[in-house]
Amino acid sequence: MREVDSETMKIVVCVKQVPDSWAEKTLGADNTLDRGSVDAVMNELDEYAVEEALRLQEAHGGEVIVLSMGPSQTTDTIRKALSMGADSGVHVIDDGLHGSDAVATSLALAKAIEGRGADLVIFGSESTDARMSVVPAMVAERLGLPQLTFSSSVSVEGSTVRTNRVTEYGYDVVEASLPALVSVVEKINEPRYPSFKGIMAAKKKKVETVDLAGLGVSADQVGLAGSWSAVEEAAARPPKAKGTIVTDDGAGGTAIADFLSAQKFI
Amino acid sequence: MRFTEEQELFRTTVREFVDKEINPHADAWEAAGIFPAHELFPRLGELGLLGLEYDPRWGGQGADHTWTLVYGEEFGRCAASGVAMAVSVQTDMATPSLHRFGSDELKERYLVPAVRGDMVAAIAVTEPDAGSDVAGLRTRAVRDGDEWVVNGSKLYITNGTQADWLCLLARTSDDGGHRGMSQIVVPTDVDGFSVSRKLDKLGQRSSDTAELSFVDVRVPVANTIGEIGRGFQQQMAQFQNERLIAAYMAIGNLQLALDRTITYVQERQAFGRSLGDNQWIQFKLAELVAEVDLTRQYCYACAEAITSGADPLTVTKMASIAKLKTGRLSREVADWCIQFHGGIGYMEETWTARYFRDSRLLSIGGGADEVMLRIIAMLAGIGKA
Ligand SMILES: Cc1cc2nc3c(=O)[nH]c(=O)nc-3n(C[C@H](O)[C@H](O)[C@H](O)COP(=O)(O)OP(=O)(O)OC[C@H]3O[C@@H](n4cnc5c(N)ncnc54)[C@H](O)[C@@H]3O)c2cc1C
Repeated sequence: MREVDSETMKIVVCVKQVPDSWAEKTLGADNTLDRGSVDAVMNELDEYAVEEALRLQEAHGGEVIVLSMGPSQTTDTIRKALSMGADSGVHVIDDGLHGSDAVATSLALAKAIEGRGADLVIFGSESTDARMSVVPAMVAERLGLPQLTFSSSVSVEGSTVRTNRVTEYGYDVVEASLPALVSVVEKINEPRYPSFKGIMAAKKKKVETVDLAGLGVSADQVGLAGSWSAVEEAAARPPKAKGTIVTDDGAGGTAIADFLSAQKFI
Repeated sequence: MRFTEEQELFRTTVREFVDKEINPHADAWEAAGIFPAHELFPRLGELGLLGLEYDPRWGGQGADHTWTLVYGEEFGRCAASGVAMAVSVQTDMATPSLHRFGSDELKERYLVPAVRGDMVAAIAVTEPDAGSDVAGLRTRAVRDGDEWVVNGSKLYITNGTQADWLCLLARTSDDGGHRGMSQIVVPTDVDGFSVSRKLDKLGQRSSDTAELSFVDVRVPVANTIGEIGRGFQQQMAQFQNERLIAAYMAIGNLQLALDRTITYVQERQAFGRSLGDNQWIQFKLAELVAEVDLTRQYCYACAEAITSGADPLTVTKMASIAKLKTGRLSREVADWCIQFHGGIGYMEETWTARYFRDSRLLSIGGGADEVMLRIIAMLAGIGKA
């Protein structure tokens, strides 16, 4: 258990660069996303994570470190988080990471977080490209941290973090002692826009790059080779089939009922 | 022109702010004939947008003019041009003189809150009997001890119903013509000041435009911006900022309008193919793409002239050309956008209708095309019109 005071509160926020959600995505020869061919942005939910970290920092003091794993253009996303106000960045970059699945990614991230003395690790609850929502839990497991996922509010008091965990029926109030890992949902806050001052200040902030060797991870634990799952085949989404138009000539209701029963909805 | 990484990030900030914080309200504000400047401006102030080029001592960002170009291009994409225009009044029409020539006390009192977005500013030059011919203005400030006593009226004043202070151009001596005018900061909570009426307009409807009346309005002589009697010259310098920001905003809007129209003609089917498969439409749009690109590059050249410290006459000529050309091109593009949209383009529910009305202003406001031509003729040595 750690008592948090303003001098030491250290938050690591994990952010991911993803293709712009409306962009046409293509797969490379190895069935992984061709990240070079699309406009890349910070995963929207991670903006909420950064904002939450900054708010906690504003309330309690301390330090916010933004951590991202990805190819070279990922620096844009790190820059954005630094422009919003994070203090420094860590860029995990290595060709060997290409094609890492969730399990492999969680290993690299956990290794990168380990030893930084984080009181709190904050994630967005999912990325818009993979939508698995499992990486935060896996990282927590690897680091042996309590996980408070799907949070719609986060507060820290002394050595305790308390969150509202969104459920089907509303939310549960859950708490854990620090250090802990939290993932946040949309609408937890309103992420700030990088201001002119923030953008200029970010220029001088430090971004550390770490490769696999630096993490102490061997190439066969990550990347395509080290992943537990593999994409064997991929096909383009079939074009939307034309819908059936029912003209109501008095028997419209019956036609709809027939359709629904044929689809086994009723 | 090459923009820095920081400028590109700033571009994204402005674009996202406009998309998420302004555009969703555009229809409502257009219908209301006004937007809430006192709510919006503080948020822009926080982003550093209201004083990009101003000295940090007065809350500004100390950035060079290229940043104004980026802000202008992006804000120009706003779904309600009226809001963009109102913001540009605050940043580049009502405050540059105060920043350039104002006393420290005056800047502390009026510029600092304007840069923060806590005060809304307006520029009050035009009068019922003096628009293009600024030298003909009649609003008069007569000195009484330490005070000016102002009488007169101003017309078509943007932000007029919600401004906290005006940068007023008034006659302060009987010299006549260009001489004997001064720029005076007039707070709007003084006795004798009133909004005579809010004006109903063809376009830019989200922006409030007003006629203002001054009856024995008393303001300290210390509210004079710069030198007494140099108001006309100071205003002519301020007009250059006004014309440039108007041109930059037009460029952003022109590009957006063309992009949207190109998408539309590719989707719309007629005679068994898309509209965009017709060579006439392709060539017409290609022509406009070329014009917009040329004009954009000219605007970039204007920005570079300013950052590299070009002399005032060069800046005046370039700003006049940029304003003239963007004004004309906006009219032409808006017309073709409607044409290639057909009936739906004429409908109020389509963006084209508002753009058609809004874009018409650029050839009139901030000096009509003919006034730009007068200046260009003079500076090009063609003659004095
Ligand atoms: C929506 C809107 C917002 C505005 N906001 C502001 C504001 O915030 N502050 C402010 O002070 N003013 C503002 N104005 C006023 C604007 O600057 C004037 O309308 C403009 O300068 C033209 O002046 P005028 O209307 O008096 O036209 P006039 O001077 O009467 O000119 C009418 C027309 O005659 C032509 N013309 C004029 N002179 C010549 C010439 N020498 N040779 C050939 N042709 C000529 C031009 O085509 C011109 O359009 C605004 C106007 C509008 C419509």
